[in-house]
Formats: sequence, structure tokens, C-alpha cells
Amino acid sequence: MRDQLSEAVKGHNADYVEIRLEQNEATVLVYQGKRLEEVGRTAGSGGNVRALVKGGWGFVSFNSINGLREKVEAATLQARLASKEQSQLAPVAPVVDVVEAQGRRDPTKIPLVVKKQLLDEYNDIVLRTPKIQTSTINYHDSRRKVILANSEGTYIEQEKIDLGLRLTAVARDANDIQQRSLSIGSSSDFSTVVNLQEKVREIANQAVRLLSAPEVKGGEYTVILDPVLAGVFAHEAFGHLSEADFVYENKQLREIMVLGRRFGGKQLNIVDGAAVPGLRGSYKYDDEGTPATKTYLIREGILEARLHSRETAAKMAEKPTGNARSLSYFFPPIVRMTNTFIEPGSASFEEMVSEVKEGVYVKDWYGGTTSLEMFTFSAAEAYMIREGKLAELLRPVVLTGNVFVTLNNIDAIGDDLQMNEGGGCGKGEQIPLPVSNGSPHIRIRNCLMGGK
Amino acid sequence: MEAEQILSLAKKVADEAEVFQVHSQRVPVRFEANRLKQIQRQEGTATALRLVKEGKIGLSAVGGEVQVQTLVDMAVKTSQFGALANFIFPSASVYPDVNIFDPETEKVPVEKMIDISESLVAQLTEHTPDILCEGAIAKEVRQTRILNSKGAEVSYLKSLFSISLEGVVIRDTDMLFVGDSESYCRPEVDGKTIAKRVIEQLELAKRKASVSTKLMPVIFAPRGVASAFIAPLMVAFNGKLVLEGASPLKNRQGEEVFDNKLSLRDDATIHYRPTSRPCDDEGTPSQSTLLVERGKLMNFLYDLQTAALAKTRSTGNGNRSRGSLPVPSANCFVLSEGNVPFDDMVKDMKEGLVVEQLMGAEQGNLLAGDFSGNVLLGYKVEGGEIVGRVKDTTVAGNVYQVLKNLEAVGKERRWIGGFLFSPALYCPSLSVATKVG
Repeated sequence: MRDQLSEAVKGHNADYVEIRLEQNEATVLVYQGKRLEEVGRTAGSGGNVRALVKGGWGFVSFNSINGLREKVEAATLQARLASKEQSQLAPVAPVVDVVEAQGRRDPTKIPLVVKKQLLDEYNDIVLRTPKIQTSTINYHDSRRKVILANSEGTYIEQEKIDLGLRLTAVARDANDIQQRSLSIGSSSDFSTVVNLQEKVREIANQAVRLLSAPEVKGGEYTVILDPVLAGVFAHEAFGHLSEADFVYENKQLREIMVLGRRFGGKQLNIVDGAAVPGLRGSYKYDDEGTPATKTYLIREGILEARLHSRETAAKMAEKPTGNARSLSYFFPPIVRMTNTFIEPGSASFEEMVSEVKEGVYVKDWYGGTTSLEMFTFSAAEAYMIREGKLAELLRPVVLTGNVFVTLNNIDAIGDDLQMNEGGGCGKGEQIPLPVSNGSPHIRIRNCLMGGK
Repeated sequence: MEAEQILSLAKKVADEAEVFQVHSQRVPVRFEANRLKQIQRQEGTATALRLVKEGKIGLSAVGGEVQVQTLVDMAVKTSQFGALANFIFPSASVYPDVNIFDPETEKVPVEKMIDISESLVAQLTEHTPDILCEGAIAKEVRQTRILNSKGAEVSYLKSLFSISLEGVVIRDTDMLFVGDSESYCRPEVDGKTIAKRVIEQLELAKRKASVSTKLMPVIFAPRGVASAFIAPLMVAFNGKLVLEGASPLKNRQGEEVFDNKLSLRDDATIHYRPTSRPCDDEGTPSQSTLLVERGKLMNFLYDLQTAALAKTRSTGNGNRSRGSLPVPSANCFVLSEGNVPFDDMVKDMKEGLVVEQLMGAEQGNLLAGDFSGNVLLGYKVEGGEIVGRVKDTTVAGNVYQVLKNLEAVGKERRWIGGFLFSPALYCPSLSVATKVG
């Protein structure tokens, strides 16, 4: 295979050519209420060619690897049509390597019957809870092998495992419906989804409790975010803004996002890195063959670096960070996050709460999105804080803010970092990409919340 | 990999079988920061096999090439654990005559697509020199085949031509996002209309205005309707969630659940619309399904299996994604037109908001119909006139309460993203919150 690919990328009068081939397989189980609705197995194979000519990119994706040279030619021709300027790619030393997936308890090797028994048990726990109307469970595990060869001599075979479980309990009282979910993910270990009985029971009970919870009044509050939601906040509010492909061709944004600018207090450190091992966003090389790194986006409140592909790094005269990722062979790699987190500080959760006269404690996530400047993210669970104490449970809330203001309003960072591997990230059409994010508890002043 | 071959092998080992195959070729021309960036050709074949063995459903799917035997073996293996099949595959039927293929679409030269993108960017930068545009002009042809053991054999071609554009104007750390998109089966999508709409947004957003935290009337422009109400409605009419009792509309057929100025149908039979087709992904003929008639709840959306469990008929809403089993989902929502022109709605307002786009509104408790989002693009109205763009503002409410009592429904309708044909909706009172600190 190596010889075939090396031959195909040669001599095309392009500045750069790469070929990516992929094989994947996955198992999916879907429950709706008491029925196991879907048990499916999928497999796929395909690849793509990407060519760069004078700053323009051509991209051809395919299922069959027959006629590779013709495909490279087609991509080169497209690139030529789009060419306008000098090509720029940050140098990365060519590498030849084979990386095998390291499953601690490889989920793709666990028999289907074991998965089904486990999910049956969780589903029963949810459905036996009084006032629970129904449930949904989505489970998937997958294995993906990608071969990358480029015209600079790189040849990498890399294999990855991914696992995800999302369980939702739906409670109902007349026309009122509330829901609560559990999301778990892993890059290696089936053990992460076993022994969750207690958590599942708690999720179901929480959905029921939400039925009698009041709605928050819309306005500005001091909020304390739990590690899960604070991780989503780090991802949405700052992570996306750190993706250099939003910035590199944009003069004004480059001025705003100039390295050295202060975004938060001295206690604020935000990191992204696939080199942080053992998480869903971890890997050895990105989809351009750049070795993974660990990047301080914000160090002591100051913008220190951003996430790059080879092209964005070259155009901004910064170092490539190994963040070019593609969802599958159908898409070209673009700049993506990997494992994004706020580093722990020194405050305890109790201290943070005790200093709040009136505020809201928000936990766990439904979702989040960003326009770069503005972001929204939603909490699945919320409590009023009154006179330094946690008070009544509230209905789920949606928080929103302006990144340039909000990071500065973080006034306490906890000492209890936790990573959350239960989400996927979407950018353009490429969704869901395995990532993780995390944080300790954090406290933010003047956070805007929608409500009645 | 021939669909016929898969079906015939599957029939040997299973009681019933169905093969669903899509081959697509898509050519997007992408531009970024006002410049042409990348030309792509994305080609792919996806094949799914659903079979019924000993009464239970098995499923396997492949992207690309795979051995026929492997596909059949995988499906047989999963059928041991599969759900009971309550449905029967549809036999060959008469399908509605829906035009969704134009041979001209795939013939549009890439050079022409490049021209469209460059002219779009030129029109916008002429209006606002420091705007940065990104987007894509794309053409696509898709062939879908559905074969089953009851003798159905469907094959149809669909073509798509689409233009999407997003512009950002940055002044200091203030970012203004504008944009629009169009998608149609024929290559008649007009870049000029998109440029005109975006320029209108830029004009209205030139001045800034602020609102205060309180209840006020809100007009949702069609794009605002799409970003605030459509996600919870699509969930509420999903027959599966109705069956499970997870939709608040369960057992309310015949009741007036919305304002009587509102009618809604789901329709996959409109010529040349992106979600139209002769039949759904399991071979049920496409139809127009009345969901709400003058406020009264009429129907829900079903696929075969859910319809069988609910003791009703499939409405042709069996949709598949990524090699999954079909599930009921909306094809295309069409809201009825009202009788009040948009300008008259604005004139009627003493103080209020026009919402063009709400960000993050679909992230709350969708099942209950709650929405809460950041006004990404919206305008303040004072004394019957739009006075400027608002920021740092959220709008929150519940779709069942909001759509139960509408001040007016717009006279003008437009297509949004190919899945919604909607007028503007004028709500008398909604909770608006804004940042002061």
C-alpha cells in the first residue's frame, strides 16, 4: 500500500499532494422507551486526495481506490482553478509511523449480548421510576483506521477507537414534559459505561423533580458552573475563537486576537491538546500528519497561542499545533479542538457558593453554540443560590454572553478539574467529532440568562 | 455492489428484506475571506440492508465497497437482538409525480460557479468594503434506489443547486453577522436575491439600539421563525415521540392547540424543492400531510414501524441518516400565509423587536417546547419604525404558548434552507432580557 500511495502522489506539478484512505466499522444500539429499536452494524471504506496549487485547494473524495492517479490529477486541476497566490504550508518533518489503537477494554471486541444486557438494565432503571414517561438511549462504538501519505514523504497508519453513550429520561405530568440526560464517552475503555446504575437512577429522579421546579426569571446573575458545563463554556466561548481558520484571513479579527492580549484574570489558564493522553480528543498525529501538541491558549489570563493547521500556521507565522482534523474521508481536514480545558485554581466549591448573595448554580449540558463573539450554552440542571447557600431547583436555563466580556468576569476558579468525554463537536458539515472538554467549578459575574 | 444481488442473497436467509442505496456526487466551490479557496468533488455510495428474520429486524450499512456476503451476515447477526418488525414492506405503488431532477444542474460549469461567488462578494464589498464573506456554491446529483422483497423497486434522481453566504463586519470587538442561503433542484438560484437580502440586513443594522429587560411584542421574520420554533415543532409532530408520550401534543387531535390564524402541513411533493421526492426512504409514496388546520391539531408524522405500533398509516416520513433505521421526521414544513404585510406589523408596534436570527434557541427543553436564544441578528422597533440593531439580548418563551396567541401572520412567505416555507409571525408579548452590567 505504501508504495502504491507514494507513487500516486509523485510528479503532479502541484505544491503539495496528500492521499488519505480510511476504513471504519461501528456498532449502534438505539432504545426508544421499552423497545430496543435498532441494533445496527456499519462498515465503510473510502478515501480522498487533496492538492495545493498556488494557494488554491482541490479536494476529491471517493469510495474506490481504483484510478488513484486520475483522482490526484482531478484534485490538482481543481486546485489550479482556485489558485490565486503563493502556497504556504508550515514545515512539518516527514514521518513514517504506525500507531495502533490502545483499547484498555476495547468496546469493539465486547459481544453485542453484553452491551444489550447492560443497556437493558439501565433502561429498566429509568422506566421503573415513577412519573417517567419514556426513555431514549443511543450507544455507539467504532474503530477507524486512517492511512495518510503525502508528497513530502510522510506515511502514517493510525487507528482510533471511539465509544459514546447518551441516555435520556423523560418525565411527564399532564402537558408538562421535562428531561434529563447522561452522556459518557471514551477513546479506549468499555469500563467507562459499566456500573452506572446509581447515576442512571439519579438522572431519572432528577427529570421527575424538574416537573415541579420553577422557571428562572430572565436577567443577569452571578453563576457558578459545574465542571461539565464549565468545560462546555471553555469550548464554546473560547475554544472556537482560538481556531485559526476563523482568524487567519481576517485582518480585524487578527487585531482583536493578537497574541499577548489580556482576556481574563491571572488565575485563568485554558489549554487544548491532543497530546494530553487517554481522552476522546487524543491522538499522535492529526489528519495532516502533524504531531499532536498541548497548547496553552490562555496563560495567566493572556492570549498565548491558537490552534492551527499547516496552512493557518504558515500564514500567521506561528507554529503548527496538530489540530487539522476531518470527520471522515468525505471531508478535508479543518482546524478543530481536541481536549479543551480550564486548568484548576485554588477555590473550593463551598467558598464560591458562600460568597454569592443571589445567583444561580448551573450543572451539566444540553448544548452550546457560538458566533465567535456571542456564545450560548444551556444547563440541564440549575439551582438558585441565596445568601451563600444552594436553594431551590430551577428548570433548565440557557446562558449567553460576549466572550470579550465574560472571560474577564470569571472571579473564582475551583480546585476540582474534571474532564467530560460525553460530547461531540460540530463545525460546518463535520459533526459530531470526538472531543473532550473540562474544567473545575468556576464562578462568573453578570452572566445573562433567558427566562420568563 | 449491486442492490439486486444484495436483495437476492438476503432473501435466501431472511423472511423479508429491503435494500436502500444512495449514490451522490457533489461539487462545492468554497470561498473564504472574500476569496475563492477550495474546489471539491465529493463522491460516495451508501448502502443499507434491513431484513426481517424470525420476526425481528436486522440492520447493516456500508459506505463504499464491501462484500455482499459481509453485509448480509452483519444484518443477520444483529437481527438476533433486533426489535420485532410490526410493519410489512410496501409493495410497488403509484408514486406522485414530483419533479426534482434537472439535467442542467450537473452541467453548470465550475467556472460559472466561481463567477457567481465572485459577483456575490463584489456586490457585498461594494456596499460594505470591510465585510468578509464566506460560503459555497454547490451542485449535486443523487441517485436513490429502494428495493424490497415485496416487489417494490424505486429509483430516482435528484439534483440540487445551492448558494450560501455568511458575512461578518468587525468593528473593534463588535461583530455583525449577516447571511442568507438558497437551495433548489434547478440551477436557477439567484445570487442577486441573496445579495439584496444581505444588503438589506446591513442597512438595517447600521445603527445600534438597545432594549430593556421586560415583556414586549416580537416579530419573528421567516429566518427567525426557522431558528426559534421549527426545531420544537418538528419534535412535537414526530409520531414516535407522540407514541411514547414524549410530545405534548399526544391525545390532542381535534383540539385547537395553536392560534386559528395558523395552518401547517408537511409536504414532500412540491416541485424542485430540496426535500421533495416520489417516496420516502422506505418506499412509501410521498404526500402532503395536514398537521394543523386553522389552529386545530390534525395529524402526526409516521414511518412504517411507528405507524404500525400506533395503528395508523405511514405518512411517507420514514427518513434515514448515516446508515440508521428509518425514523419519522419532517420533510418540509409549509406554514399558511396570513394577511398582514411585514411593514404593517412593524408600523403597528410602539416598542418591540424584530428577530431575524436567534442563536442557540434549540438547546433548551425541546420536548416541552421551550426556547431561549441570543438575538444574533435583530432590530429594535420604536414608534412603528426599525431604529437599529440590538445586541446582548435574549428572547425566551414556550412555542405552545407563543403560537397559541398571535397578533398577526405575515402576508409574504419565503423559503428557508429548503425545509421551511414561512411567513413572519407577530407575537404580542414575549420575555426579552438584556445585559446592563
